[in-house]
Amino acid sequence: MRPYTYAQAHSVREAVRDAKPGTAFLAGGTTLVDLMKLEVVSPDRVVDINRLPLDGISLDHEGLHIGALERMSDVAAAPAVRQRYPMVAQALELSASAQLRNMASIGGNLLQRTRCSYFRDVTTPCNKREPGSGCSALEGINRSHAVLGTSDACIATHPSDLAVPLVALSTTVHLASARGTRTVPLETFYTLPGDTPDVENVLRPNELITGITVPRSPWAAHSLYLKIRDRQSYEFALTSAAVALQLRGRTIVNARIAAGGVGTRPWRLTAVERALTGRPATSATFEAAVASAADGARPREHNRFKSVLLRRTLVRALTELQENR
Amino acid sequence: MNEQNDVGGAGSGVSRRSFVGGSLAAATVAPLLTGQAETAEAAPAATVDGVTLVTVRTAVNGDPVTLRVDPRATLLDTLRERLDLKGTKKGCDRGQCGACTVHIDGRRVLSCLTLAATASGHQVTTIEGLTDGDRLHPMQQAFVDHDGLQCGFCTPGQIMSAVAMVENEGPARSDDEIRERMSGNICRCSAYPRIVDAIRDAQRVMR
Repeated sequence: MRPYTYAQAHSVREAVRDAKPGTAFLAGGTTLVDLMKLEVVSPDRVVDINRLPLDGISLDHEGLHIGALERMSDVAAAPAVRQRYPMVAQALELSASAQLRNMASIGGNLLQRTRCSYFRDVTTPCNKREPGSGCSALEGINRSHAVLGTSDACIATHPSDLAVPLVALSTTVHLASARGTRTVPLETFYTLPGDTPDVENVLRPNELITGITVPRSPWAAHSLYLKIRDRQSYEFALTSAAVALQLRGRTIVNARIAAGGVGTRPWRLTAVERALTGRPATSATFEAAVASAADGARPREHNRFKSVLLRRTLVRALTELQENR
Repeated sequence: MNEQNDVGGAGSGVSRRSFVGGSLAAATVAPLLTGQAETAEAAPAATVDGVTLVTVRTAVNGDPVTLRVDPRATLLDTLRERLDLKGTKKGCDRGQCGACTVHIDGRRVLSCLTLAATASGHQVTTIEGLTDGDRLHPMQQAFVDHDGLQCGFCTPGQIMSAVAMVENEGPARSDDEIRERMSGNICRCSAYPRIVDAIRDAQRVMR
């Protein structure tokens, strides 16, 4: 690990005041400490933000508000989340391990870095880690890599489970910097790799995530997160689906669908949503609606299975959601 | 972080003595375990190799501890190398195996991904802090009774994880739930069936 100076911040203002490129905010540490050990990330200054008053899980007329420093395990256990936003609780419980969920913060989860093994290995070229050095995954072992939103510079998968249902539910992210505060939709918070895969989001170097708001909706309570992976627990997704439906009788009047494990960012599937809307909630509808899910996919040698697996994951998620009504 | 850095980072706050190891190092940290501040800490410079050391005031297994640490030092290395609490094991050192599981304020966490500098104001419990005098914790006894191990390297982490699972999060309702909730603790010898037996039994005693 490279040397850095360490400071504790006691207010958001204090935390962002001296933040500049090379400053890293430390919350749960489950990504940052790991990547600092690997020297994938080497900040010259680490600001411990764990004492900031960025906690709280509350419901109001706008929806669900979650402070950035709430831990994954506490959010997953919160009755408001379990009852009103079940797929959010499920995505959290299917993430990582109990120990990691006790440590990792919600803000940190949204900023979690890819698990691409070349990104994590400083001896190999990686455009995300070292712009211009090349992408080792394109012709390397790319079974876990993305098929949607990729570029010739990067095919790294976005690793967060939580971000998938949050994107489906049009979650907004609250940011603070020395210049003030702003709120951005989570979906556009994440950027596509393009020619600059080292840039993953619109966060400025001096900006801090302070919390998120998941809007109130008639569909969030009828939702499900399904995760497909190589082992049954404690593993990242090969594919995942966040599905939420609002039904009138048997007719789908609103659908919110997103996929994980397949994209360079959490992947909202608006074409699938449109194809479900106004149709009866039947397996025939589901099968037909997911036909377009992997449109535009650019598979590589080892991840060709992901387009088919994504469609099957979506159908199974929709079917299970209907069966569990 | 390589092994050299680990020792250098963790030891540089004390003196060269921590490199010597053995009984001398143990003698240096002995006052800590009886609840006093580490007296050897008072003298050295606030910076080592250009890194400003951080003062940590915490409690380990109920004993107050004050240490000056390299900000890069993990809680795992600090427990093992500075406080001589070697029950907590370094497995992968990457947050993937669970061997380094300890409790912070009663919650199970990975000490390999926790910076010691962040432990200030928190209560740390390690496997050494589970026993009541000479009496094993019911979870420890259950692992002995069920032979819930083979080589034993993952066992402190398994036990710390299982204790917090039951005490902090609530007992598991099925064997499948034990397996899911304990999935962060890998056993390379694959003693899983007996680990599940041990936890199932210990849960009954702990209620």
